[in-house]
Amino acid sequence: MSRPFTLPDLGEGLTEAEIVKVLVQEGDRVQEDAPLLEVETDKATVEIPSPVTGRVAKVHVQPGQTVKVGAVLVTFEEEAGGRGSTPPLGTTLARSAPPAPDVVSAGQHTLESTAAAPARGSGPVAATPATRRLARELGVDIHTVRGTGQGGRVSDDDIRAAAGGRPPASAQPAAQPGAPEQPATRKPLAPVGAEAPALPRFEQWGAVERQPLSHLRRTIAERMTLSATLVPHVTHFDRADITELDAIIRRNVEPARQRGVTLTLTSFLLKAAALALREHPQFNASLDPAAGELILKRYCHLGVAVATDRGLIVPVIRDVDKKPLIELQGELAALAQRVRDGKATLEDLRGGTFTVTNIGALGGTGAVPIINYPEVAILGAARARQEPVVLDGRIVPRVLLPLSLTFDHRVADGADGARFAAAIVRRLERPEQLLLEW
Amino acid sequence: MVMGDLVREVDVAVVGGGPGGYSAAFRCAELGLETVVVDAGRRLGGACLWEGCIPSKALLHVSAVLGEVERAKEFGVDFGEPRIALDALRKWKAERVVGKLARGLAGVAKAKGVEIVGGRGVFEESRALRVEGDEPQKIRFKHAVVATGSAPSPLPGAALASDRVMDSTGALELSDLPERLLVIGGGYIGLELGQVYTALGSKVTLVEMTDGLLPGVDRDLVQPLARHCEKLFVKIRLGTKVTSLHEQGLQIEARFGEGDTVAFDRVLVAVGRRPVSAELGLETTRVRPDAHGFVAVDERCHTADPRIWAVGDVTGEPMLAHRAMRQGKVAAEAIAGRPAAFDTVVVPAVVFTDPEVAWCGLTESQALREGRRVRIAKFQWAASGRAATLGRSDGLTKLIADADTGRVLGVGIVGPGAGELIAEGALAVEAALTAEDLAMTIHTHPTLSETLMEAAETLLRPT
Repeated sequence: MSRPFTLPDLGEGLTEAEIVKVLVQEGDRVQEDAPLLEVETDKATVEIPSPVTGRVAKVHVQPGQTVKVGAVLVTFEEEAGGRGSTPPLGTTLARSAPPAPDVVSAGQHTLESTAAAPARGSGPVAATPATRRLARELGVDIHTVRGTGQGGRVSDDDIRAAAGGRPPASAQPAAQPGAPEQPATRKPLAPVGAEAPALPRFEQWGAVERQPLSHLRRTIAERMTLSATLVPHVTHFDRADITELDAIIRRNVEPARQRGVTLTLTSFLLKAAALALREHPQFNASLDPAAGELILKRYCHLGVAVATDRGLIVPVIRDVDKKPLIELQGELAALAQRVRDGKATLEDLRGGTFTVTNIGALGGTGAVPIINYPEVAILGAARARQEPVVLDGRIVPRVLLPLSLTFDHRVADGADGARFAAAIVRRLERPEQLLLEW
Repeated sequence: MVMGDLVREVDVAVVGGGPGGYSAAFRCAELGLETVVVDAGRRLGGACLWEGCIPSKALLHVSAVLGEVERAKEFGVDFGEPRIALDALRKWKAERVVGKLARGLAGVAKAKGVEIVGGRGVFEESRALRVEGDEPQKIRFKHAVVATGSAPSPLPGAALASDRVMDSTGALELSDLPERLLVIGGGYIGLELGQVYTALGSKVTLVEMTDGLLPGVDRDLVQPLARHCEKLFVKIRLGTKVTSLHEQGLQIEARFGEGDTVAFDRVLVAVGRRPVSAELGLETTRVRPDAHGFVAVDERCHTADPRIWAVGDVTGEPMLAHRAMRQGKVAAEAIAGRPAAFDTVVVPAVVFTDPEVAWCGLTESQALREGRRVRIAKFQWAASGRAATLGRSDGLTKLIADADTGRVLGVGIVGPGAGELIAEGALAVEAALTAEDLAMTIHTHPTLSETLMEAAETLLRPT
C-alpha cells in the first residue's frame, strides 16, 4: 500500500519549513522513527522521523525548498509491521487529503530529472569535468544528451539545451502534484556591499508573520539598497512661493478640463526642473566611475514617481523640456493611468535622466527621497500650504511649496545644488518664465 | 548511554585524518558544516604524509640527486664519492619536509575551524561513535565519513616478527643502512624503496612473485625501468616466492621457492596494502565491508548506511592519495546536499623511480584484452632534443586513442619527469580531448612535454 507523508503541523503557529537535508533516497528501506528529513523553521532545525517501516517510493522535496504544512514530503510503500494508521507527529492527515498514488506518479519524470541521479550508461561521456558537473547541477543525465561537437563531444550548450533553460537543481522547487499548495522558494535579495547581520528570533517577543516579497517589492528593495549604498547622498532644502502659480492653475483648471486634462502642480514641477536642468547639465547626467567620466545627456527625459497599490513605479516622460505644458499634463495623466493599471510598457519605464516625486497629495512638510540610480539627482515636493510671509514689512498669506533636491555628492557640491534648486524655485515663483523659455 | 557522559554533537565526524579525511573535513567546513576529525595520531596527513608518499618522495629525491651525480661522470664532471650523513638526512626528512607540511595542514584545519580529536573512532550506531584513547568522548553526528585508509599487508605464509623485517613504514624510518637488503615485492613500493636503499649504499635483491616488475603496467613502459634496476640491484628474481623467513643471529635467512636460502641483513616486505575497516564498530551500522575489507560506496561516496560515507583506500583500488582527496570533496558536497559525483574518468598513477613510470586511463594491454578499436602512438625519447640534452634518451611516450574519433583514452610515459608529464595526459583523457587537440597545442621547445605533442602528431598522419 502506498502512502504519502505530509509535513506535519510543527506547532507554535508555524506554517512552513525549509527542507535542509533529505536523509533517505528513493528505494531506501527505512525503519519506523528513523530520520527522514531535516527541516528548518523560523525557530529551529527539526529532524522528521519516519512514521512507518517501509520503502521510500518517492521523495517529493529537495534541500533548499520551502514547504507548507500539509505538503507531501515522501511517499512510502508500507511493509507489514508498520503502524499504518498512526498519524505522525500529531499531524492530522485528514485535514490535508493525501493525493492519489497515480497523481503522484504523474509527476515522476519531472522529479527524476531534477534529482542528482547517479549517471547511467556505460563508458565515459565525451565531455569535460566542468560540463559533467553542469549536467548534474541542471539535473540532466549526460548519457542521454547528444553531443554536437566533434566525435559526439557534449558541450555546455548541449547540456543547457537539454535542460531547456531550467534553473539549477539546487534552486529549483520540485513540482508538487496533488500537494495542497505550491511550495514557495525563498530567494535572498541580491547582495550589495556589506552583508546584513543575521536577524534575531523575533518570536521570542511575540507572534510574527512572514510575508514573501512581491517581485516589484524586491526590485524596489534591491534598487534602493544599491543607490543608498553606492551613492553619497546630499540634500538641499528650499521653498518656492507659488502663490501666483497656484492662482494660474486654479484659473485654468476648468478650461483644461474641457480639453480633457486635469491640471496639476506636477506638470509645472516637471517643466521647471527640465528648464533648470539646461542651466545645470551636471544634474542631467550619470557618473561612470569605471571610466572616471561624467556622462552628460543631451536629452531630458524625466521620471515621475507614481504610487500604486503594488508599490512605487517611476515612468518616464520624454523630452519634457520641449513639450508644451498642456501636452505634458495630458501625457503625464495617461502614463500614470497605464502604470496604475499595470499596463506600462518597458519603454514607459526606462531612459530617465532625472526624477521628480511629488508627495504633496499625501501631506507632510518635507521628504528626502533616494536617488533613482544611475541618475544623479531627484526633486522632492511636499504639500504646498498657505503660510504667513513677511513681505515689504507686512505679514501676508502666501502659498509656499517645500522642495528638497537630493543629489549625488560625487557629481556636484552643495553650492551647485543650491544654485540648481534656486533655478527651479525661480521658475516656479515667476511662472511666465515657464512660457517664455519655450 | 549513562547520564553525564560527555556527548559532542556535530554535523560531520570524519574518521581518519589522511588525504581523504582532511579533504572531506575541509570542504565540509567550507560549506558551513560543523566538522571534527577523529585521528589516532591526533594529526592530519595520514599514511601519505607520515609514512608514505611524502617521506618516500623526499628520499627518492636524494636518490635522484645521487643518480645524477653518478651520471655526471659521463659529462666529465666528478664530485668524488658522496658522503651520506644519515642523521642529517632523517632530520631533514622529518622536520623540513614532513614537519613543515604537517604544520601547514594543522594551520589550514585551524583556519577552517575543523577540530582534530585524538583517538580511535569506533562506531556505536549509525549516529554516534566512541573515541578511544587520548581524548575519550562520544560524538553524535549527522553524517560520518569513514576515511581510515589502508595499511601494509604482511607477507602471506611467511610472516616473521622481527626488527629486521620491515614494512614500508619501517623502511622509511631509515633506522640504519643494511648492507644486504631483500625487497619482497616488485610493485611500486618495492621498486621505489629498493632504489632509495641502493642509492644510500645497500646491496638490494628484489623478489617478485609474478613474471615481471610492476604487474599490470604495459611492458614497454616497464622495460626501461627494469633495465635500470638490473644495473642497480644485485639481483632481481622474477616468478619467485619467498616461502620462509628465519632470523639467524643478526641476519634473516630467506628461502626462495623450494630452492636456495640466502641471508640478508634486513628484509622489506612490500606486497601490497589492505584496507583498514576492522574493529571500527561498523557492525553497529548498516555498513558491511566485503571479504577483502573494502567498503562499497556509490558515485557520491555514500555507503549502504544513509548517514555514513566513505572515501579513500578503504573504498577500493586504486589506493592513491589523489583519488581519496577527490572523493573527500565529493562526499562533503554530497553531504551538504549538492549534486556532486565521483564521475572521474582517470586516476593517474606514478612510480617515482629512476626512470619514472606514469600512466592514466586505458592501457595498451587492456585495450588489446578488451578488443577495443584503438590507435596507439609511441614516441621514443631517442628523438627528443630535450632528452638528449639530459643524457636520458631511454624514455617513451605513448598515446592510446579511439580509432574512430581520435579521442585520447589513455597515456603512458616512462622517463625522468614522467610523473609531472602525466598531468597533461590526465587532463586530455578527463576532458575528452582528441589527439588533434594535443597535436595542435604548442608545446614549449625543447622540453619533454613535446613528446606528447609528437606522439599525437603521428596519429594524424594518414594510416
